Amino acid sequence: MQSLSPNLPPDKQREMLRRMLTIRHFEERASADYLAGKIYGVVHCYIGEEAVAVGVCSALDRTDRIISTHRGHGHCIAKGADLNRMMAELYGRQTGYCKGKGGSMHIADFGIGMLGANGIVAGGISIITGAGLAAQMEGKGGVAVSFFGDGASNAGPFHECLNIAATWKLPMLYVCENNMYAAQTAAAATHALSDVAARAAGYGIPGVVVDGNDIFAVHQAANAAVDRARSGGGPTLIECKTYRWRGHTERRGQPDPRDRAEVEAWQGKDPIALLERRLREQGELDDAGLQTMEGDITGAIEAAVAFAEASPFPLPEQATDDVFAA
Amino acid sequence: MRELTYNEAALEAIAEEMRRDPKIFYMSTDALPPLLKEFGAERVRATPITEAALTGMAIGAAGCGFRPIVDWRQVTFCFVAMDQIVNQAAKIHYMFGGQVNFPILFRAAVGGGTQVAAQHSQSPYSMFMNVAGLKMFLPSTPYDIKGLLKTAIRDNNPVISFESSRLMSRKGPVPEEDYTIPFGKADIKREGSDVTVVALAWLVHEALAAAEELALEGISVEIVDPRTLVPLDTETIRNSVQKTGRLVIADEAGPTAGFSAEIAAVATEDAATFGRLKGPVKRVCALPVPIPYSPILESHVFPDRKRIIAAIREVLEARRPAAAA
Repeated sequence: MQSLSPNLPPDKQREMLRRMLTIRHFEERASADYLAGKIYGVVHCYIGEEAVAVGVCSALDRTDRIISTHRGHGHCIAKGADLNRMMAELYGRQTGYCKGKGGSMHIADFGIGMLGANGIVAGGISIITGAGLAAQMEGKGGVAVSFFGDGASNAGPFHECLNIAATWKLPMLYVCENNMYAAQTAAAATHALSDVAARAAGYGIPGVVVDGNDIFAVHQAANAAVDRARSGGGPTLIECKTYRWRGHTERRGQPDPRDRAEVEAWQGKDPIALLERRLREQGELDDAGLQTMEGDITGAIEAAVAFAEASPFPLPEQATDDVFAA
Repeated sequence: MRELTYNEAALEAIAEEMRRDPKIFYMSTDALPPLLKEFGAERVRATPITEAALTGMAIGAAGCGFRPIVDWRQVTFCFVAMDQIVNQAAKIHYMFGGQVNFPILFRAAVGGGTQVAAQHSQSPYSMFMNVAGLKMFLPSTPYDIKGLLKTAIRDNNPVISFESSRLMSRKGPVPEEDYTIPFGKADIKREGSDVTVVALAWLVHEALAAAEELALEGISVEIVDPRTLVPLDTETIRNSVQKTGRLVIADEAGPTAGFSAEIAAVATEDAATFGRLKGPVKRVCALPVPIPYSPILESHVFPDRKRIIAAIREVLEARRPAAAA
């Protein structure tokens, strides 16, 4: 997987690295604050899978639309969400993206085409397919991207939507983040085929498997799929083979049946370290540059935490706001 | 005034709104021929039989500025889309802090009387009334369905139009000119002074027939048609019960945790209304069984004018027990 010619301007590559690092540091902080009791409920970390969200989103325009899963921080950051409003939402504050009504599993920012994390596995697939239909009807060349996991690829809406999108040639990318486990259950125990992408054949659309930890491979596949979608060619199924470093959630004491050697082997294939190494090989990143980048990111995350902590909680009676639109 | 059937009035409402607003499009597993002919296959989409996908897609399209209509046809077909209805459509505006609106109309035929058995006959609106975030209505006349559908299409929320299978070919006056009927406004279909009957859809007509018959005996029946289930016009219902002091609720659905139970609660949890009740509230509902096929069985399951008359007689005879001294 080495030495794939990136054919990307160095600034763009550094921006990819910055976004991946932002996801990782944001989640490391969210996890720590969750364990400290400052963030409630449940937090699902995307750490280890950053190349998928960033590789795909860096092939999109701001007006293109995406939808996410319960493991949604990475997609939000990759699409350009505001860290302050994200952190404030995790902190349950009025200034959060959802005014404290959603939390980690429901962050959305329709203004940047991020149609939401979703707490139901496969819950977002049909919604974003509707956004694909909207893009087609708008006729402005927009595309829509469904991010989902290997677990969701076994649910009905995945199959229903691939069929409709293929039949109507909707400008869609279906991006399966195959991290090999649906919560604690191994994909090998629930999939008859080892590649989710192989299912594309059943719908007459391209299905490609890429190394989900190689951001250039992800980006290249996404670019090709975006070109196809924008030019009226219809949807593509992209399966990104990747791995979740953390447990299913950040809650301690959960079962994690995964073999430690397997986890460590995947940690050795860190998508961030890979891009960093490639940038260094190209002479486009040095220690000072990386230090500055990390400093900017941790500063932004500190600022987001400060913003969240300084933000008011919602008023109790605001629980009844926004059930209906005016 | 000209007369249209319930079904014609519904189609006219949709066609008029689609002419007015190009953002409206229609998805159903079969395209309705008159709509398809006028608006073409882009706006009137014949879809695969995948109600879950259609329902979810409507949410996404609505969030992107369109105003989709999804015709589930029989309400029973929407049960495969429960995640999209309950977890997504109902909650998405609230859960995301009201960022954008999701204007969607869902259409579903409800009720029985058509001998199509359990999987094509049901009145499950109370299941949906129980979910915060959905508006819904169930009209009894061509006039009402047209006016309510137009309001629903212009509303910025997911709205379910429950439409009575039995009433599809029933005719009634519908004016030529544009009109809408606001949500949350009950209609008093007949004024009376001795007993209030709150009835929905087909049972409004059965209650009207019952009232005619009882009028011959000098019994004066008031019939309140809530029309919208969410939001519900509790004020009109309570005012009527306060006036008559007696309440019968007639519903084609079963009684358990149903619309009828909600109406009983509306009347009895309000002190002013409870204070005027002269006797117990009586419900006239379907028997709690899946709807059977054979006409003999089916008509036994559903309430009708005879059961409404019996219920009215019962509440007229009933008295509040004297308070213990």
